[in-house]
Amino acid sequence: MFDRRGLLLSAGALAAAGCSPRGGGDAGAASLLNVSYDPTRELYRAYNTLFATHWRDTGQGDATVEQSHGGSGKQARAVIDGLQADVVTLALAADIDAIAERGLLRRGWADSLPDNACPYTSTIVFLVRKGNPKAIRDWPDLVRPGVQVITPNPKTSGGARWNYLAAWGDAIRRPGATEATATAYLTELFKHVPVLDTGARGSTTTFVQRGIGDVLLAWENEAFLAVEELGADKVDIVVPPFSILAEPPVAVVDQNVDRKGTRPVAEAYLRFLYEEPAQVLIAQNYYRPRNQAVAQRFGTRFPQLELATIGDFGGWTEAQAKHFADGGVFDRIYQPSGA
Amino acid sequence: MSAARRSAVRGAAPFVIGVGVLWLALVVLLPLGMVFAEAFRRGLEGFLQAFDEPDAWAAVRLTLLVAAISVPLNALFGLAAAWCISRYEFRGKALLTTLIDLPFSISPVISGLVWVLLFGTAGWFAPLLDALGVRVIFTVTGLVLATILVTLPFVARELIPLMQQQGADEELAALTLGAGPWAIFSKVTLPNVRWALLYGVLLCNARAMGEFGAVSVVSGHIRGLTNTLPLHVEILYNEYDFVGAFATATVLAGLALVTLLIKSLLEWRFADELAATRRH
Repeated sequence: MFDRRGLLLSAGALAAAGCSPRGGGDAGAASLLNVSYDPTRELYRAYNTLFATHWRDTGQGDATVEQSHGGSGKQARAVIDGLQADVVTLALAADIDAIAERGLLRRGWADSLPDNACPYTSTIVFLVRKGNPKAIRDWPDLVRPGVQVITPNPKTSGGARWNYLAAWGDAIRRPGATEATATAYLTELFKHVPVLDTGARGSTTTFVQRGIGDVLLAWENEAFLAVEELGADKVDIVVPPFSILAEPPVAVVDQNVDRKGTRPVAEAYLRFLYEEPAQVLIAQNYYRPRNQAVAQRFGTRFPQLELATIGDFGGWTEAQAKHFADGGVFDRIYQPSGA
Repeated sequence: MSAARRSAVRGAAPFVIGVGVLWLALVVLLPLGMVFAEAFRRGLEGFLQAFDEPDAWAAVRLTLLVAAISVPLNALFGLAAAWCISRYEFRGKALLTTLIDLPFSISPVISGLVWVLLFGTAGWFAPLLDALGVRVIFTVTGLVLATILVTLPFVARELIPLMQQQGADEELAALTLGAGPWAIFSKVTLPNVRWALLYGVLLCNARAMGEFGAVSVVSGHIRGLTNTLPLHVEILYNEYDFVGAFATATVLAGLALVTLLIKSLLEWRFADELAATRRH
């Protein structure tokens, strides 16, 4: 009763599945896949609509953009393994470098757009329980006895690597600091981390929804969003005196757009991020815009603070090799049984 | 057994039953109730909002499609494997039986990852796939492969013990009476195992629709394209849409309950026949 019909059914379904789920696309209807990191979900949902309108208004036809989100390192890995991204919008340059190393896009990708191909910036701030009961104001407060810190895993999460470098940057600028004291500070810091999630969004839900920890090290935009989505009566944002300028870059994946013939729309998609309407949207979604006029308009939203840059660490290649590669500083200092 | 001891055993019965019921309530009913309670936290309107999204329906369709492909294939494989193992003696039979069980014992993450290692850009078959212009990983094909691997043992595991126990006597009798292979299969073998087959298919189906780990690895998480229901639940949860996440989860729970309902209905409808088969 089962087999003959089942066989026919499955053969038909296999044939259907064998077809690529997204058609090659006729002229006029472009389809892009943007592979991004965790906290940009809301930003790109809004931006994709804005871009589609722009693309149609300039007489270029319809453009739909599909989204995929996850930890930045994990997403880079997926693109390397064959996820057909037209553009990647990741948390840090090292992850796009990793894709470039496999030859999917050219190594000089950061020069093809203004500001090192980072159309927006952010920084790392603290999210604490309402009223800041543990009085956490600065980086040394994080390692006080009884303070639990939530941050994702630097191996898989881009945000976690910015968190780590901000902490290192603060430790190394203290009077009399050496590499040894900075390493000691980070060793102590990770002893205060009870859960290492794989992505920034996972850490935010751990902190806010599951109520674990006293302080969350978070992207500024993620912290604002958590307050907006989950209520200002639950958490407060604390801006430390010193942090890091986080620059999330964007790039076209050359090999994929050339095969799919989507290069013009993919490049336009990234370039339009720098235009004023997009920059306003970026600021509305709590990322710091590059456009100074737009930044002024949202002035009070983004407090000024002293910021290290990735240049202080010798660039991402060097920071990645020293701190996050296998056998790097993070591997030496992190013992999972701690806390 | 002495009378005293017998009454002690009987006296313990309510206690043992009570512990069983309590345990079930704690680990099955409570979480299930939680899913529904969370889904309706903002009332019916909040619940329905979760299905206002085309992505949610795309996830439902994809989940059903993946199950519709994987389950029949595994049913065919399960029948074939059980036939081989229960009717023939051959070298490597023990190895084959162990291999069928393997997907039960390896972690689903590995079941997903092996396909990436085989068919990913740096995988063994990458040059071949490139030449053919076919993509496997991060498409529906990849989801189907991962699901098939994870759900492979369900039908075979139900059929093998039954077919071994039944033996080949009835089939041999049919053969001596002049029945052809197809007649033997459709008139003797299949009717004898159809309950076990049905049960295996239902279990296989439930797992195919609910699988998370393996499909998460090969999905690529593209909204509306490669997100199955369990992955869609995770995405909604990560977007602070807790009501939406649990509302979608009720669809999964609903599909599982429908599966159970079909099984119970069939068992009730064919109760006599079932009792007769069991007597074998």
